[in-house]
Amino acid sequence: MSSQQQTVDELIRSDYEHGFVTAIESDTVPPGLNESVIRTISAKKNEPEWMLTLRLQAYQHWLTMEHPDWAHVQHPPIDFQAVSYYSAPKRKEDGPQSLDEVDPQLLDAYNKLGIPLEEQKALAGVAVDAVFDSVSVATTFRKNLADVGVIFCSMSEAVQEYPELVQKYLGTVVPYKDNFFACLNAAVFTDGTFVYIPEGVRCPMELSTYFRINEANTGQFERTLIIAEAGSHVSYLEGCTAPMRDENQLHAAVVELIVMDDAKIKYSTVQNWYPGDAEGRGGIYNFVTKRGDCRGARSHISWTQVETGSAITWKYPSCILRGDDSVGEFYSVAVTRGMQQADTGTKMIHLGRNTRSTIVSKGISAGRGQNTYRGLVRMTPRAENARNHSQCDSLLIGDRCGAHTFPYIEVRNPTAKVEHEATTSKIGDDQLFYCRQRGLSEEDAVSMIVNGFCKEVFNELPMEFAVEAQKLLNLTLEGAVG
Amino acid sequence: MLSIKNLHVSIEDKAILKGLNLEIAAGEVHAVMGPNGSGKSTLSHVLAGREGYEITDGEVLFNGEDLLSLEPEQRARLGIFLGMQYPVELPGVNNMTFMRESLNAVRRGRGEAELDAVAFMKRVREKAKLVELDDRLLKRSVNAGFSGGEKKRNEILQMAMLEPQLAILDETDSGLDIDALRVISGGVNALRSPDRSIILITHYQRLLDYIQPDFVHVLVDGRIVRSGDKQLALELEKKGYGWIEEEAAA
Ligand SMILES: Nc1ncnc2c1ncn2[C@@H]1O[C@H](COP(=O)(O)OP(=O)(O)OP(=O)(O)O)[C@@H](O)[C@H]1O
Ligand SMILES: [Mg+2]
Repeated sequence: MSSQQQTVDELIRSDYEHGFVTAIESDTVPPGLNESVIRTISAKKNEPEWMLTLRLQAYQHWLTMEHPDWAHVQHPPIDFQAVSYYSAPKRKEDGPQSLDEVDPQLLDAYNKLGIPLEEQKALAGVAVDAVFDSVSVATTFRKNLADVGVIFCSMSEAVQEYPELVQKYLGTVVPYKDNFFACLNAAVFTDGTFVYIPEGVRCPMELSTYFRINEANTGQFERTLIIAEAGSHVSYLEGCTAPMRDENQLHAAVVELIVMDDAKIKYSTVQNWYPGDAEGRGGIYNFVTKRGDCRGARSHISWTQVETGSAITWKYPSCILRGDDSVGEFYSVAVTRGMQQADTGTKMIHLGRNTRSTIVSKGISAGRGQNTYRGLVRMTPRAENARNHSQCDSLLIGDRCGAHTFPYIEVRNPTAKVEHEATTSKIGDDQLFYCRQRGLSEEDAVSMIVNGFCKEVFNELPMEFAVEAQKLLNLTLEGAVG
Repeated sequence: MLSIKNLHVSIEDKAILKGLNLEIAAGEVHAVMGPNGSGKSTLSHVLAGREGYEITDGEVLFNGEDLLSLEPEQRARLGIFLGMQYPVELPGVNNMTFMRESLNAVRRGRGEAELDAVAFMKRVREKAKLVELDDRLLKRSVNAGFSGGEKKRNEILQMAMLEPQLAILDETDSGLDIDALRVISGGVNALRSPDRSIILITHYQRLLDYIQPDFVHVLVDGRIVRSGDKQLALELEKKGYGWIEEEAAA
């Protein structure tokens, strides 16, 4: 067996570190989807009539839609009637007011993940809105944020407390008719995060949410909405891990960003859902719609994602560059190993003049992993002097995995310029031998080479997150060497 | 220190080394010369533990220990260093970080404490001066886009950092300009010591003017067919390999 092959096999066998289950009683709606389930969700959340109407509208439309089949992924048909659409951790009275009131088992779960809230609080001023299953159970740093007028709360809370903002913006970037999964989400979303940054405010800290699926067979339908008013600035971090499961779990989130004149949203994700076992059993199906609307002039959206988990990842964080001189960026690292499949990329829709976009995509495939980059760059007739630069690199570890690149480019303005570069390389035996000859273990050698490959993307992550992402990547590619 | 006995190695069923014997004591410098394709790099790879070679017979002892059963990183930690004929590029891996990881892995292997950042930096700067390696190369990715000569300097820098017991330098002199040859040889000479042995693989007698070997061996068709002192190298330069090959075949 060559050393290459050996590494691959070891990588494949490495266990999912976050695969444990927390025994917390859940208040779960029985599986199945119909109008009454949606009414139940809405009622449980005590939602206003307009919210229920939106949900039912989406549901009716969803019934007319077909599951999309264009992505380069394969999975058995999803039985949407087998999914439970609501689950909330049981809470004392009306839920915890502080960390002390949070279920110790829940805190313990975070501890096992290496993200204890206590430590988080101390860590570089990160405010944490932790979503455990579908309902937020802990929110910190609210006061500091409130002092500068920043709203950072769960979507359920926002619907109660800031209905006019939610009504004004929800669904304006990703309308329910957008696609199959976004439509499903609009009908059944249970919770998520709401952020509002008032005009001219620089958010004083990184905002961060940890997601985690816990209930067997519970679909997760997060809904996130971030609004950055003129001249404001916010950096938002999203990270997730999930416990080990046998059945495939469905995850269909929607994220909408709205950025006004001279404002900037930096959205960073580390995604580490359970990827399934070596034979491809279990694992999360992650169908996400993320889109940002650069409504204002000189507005700026930067997506950075590190995708290491999920059995299937279907995700295209996109930017609508509507405002003149607006800027869209997409930095991505996607890792697939075992039987994982990722079909991810971005869409940069250039509507305004002098709009600029940058795409840096790094795909890593090991084992029998399949990694697809799918990107669209569209220069519309109004997009005078618009610019795009795309760089898509693939790294193969072993020879049973695959990398695919599908760049779609549409240019309908003669002054617009699009540049696309793509490379595919393989971790060579010679590179591994070189590192090992210098005393590094095979594992360290692989991680060093892979981290080198991903550097451009990691550089875009906030510092603490970059360290975490690097650790996660090492963990993902860690074998049983030694 | 190193004892190679009757070493037979094949690649994909093709015999490359066919009964090679070599004894190296501490502090000695052995030059290995020989025609293209005779098996010099194969020997260096086998000593360092590269996979893909089948050892069909023979043994290699390093300080009495069976070397061939060890992983490449274990050998490196025991103090074996291979300066490669074609140093490999590692895009995105910072040269300094790489050296630090490497040094600390070797030190851990030897049961020594890791060097802290300050001590490490001091050492790199000092050693970089030895091989006159431009500071900027330390900040770049390992060997990526380095010129041929820069790659070789970087190899010697790593050797200086790791302080190996046995250094195998595979054509470290190939592709060097005159000044670089002098600098690199100076670097190697500075590393000579009574407890460090060196195998110097080269095609050029000229290198041996700079680095005086204790022994010169001629490798032909997988065997050492002649050994001598520096005179042998001079003779080879004059007469080529033809006469030795004929003698060996006879
Ligand atoms: N991976 C391989 N597959 C097949 N043959 C190989 C492989 N590696 C080396 N060889 C062969 O083994 C023989 C010895 O090669 P080696 O590189 O050891 O020679 P060398 O003495 O270092 O030559 P040079 O002076 O040109 O560097 C050559 O015939 C070469 O073609
Ligand atoms: Mg050679």
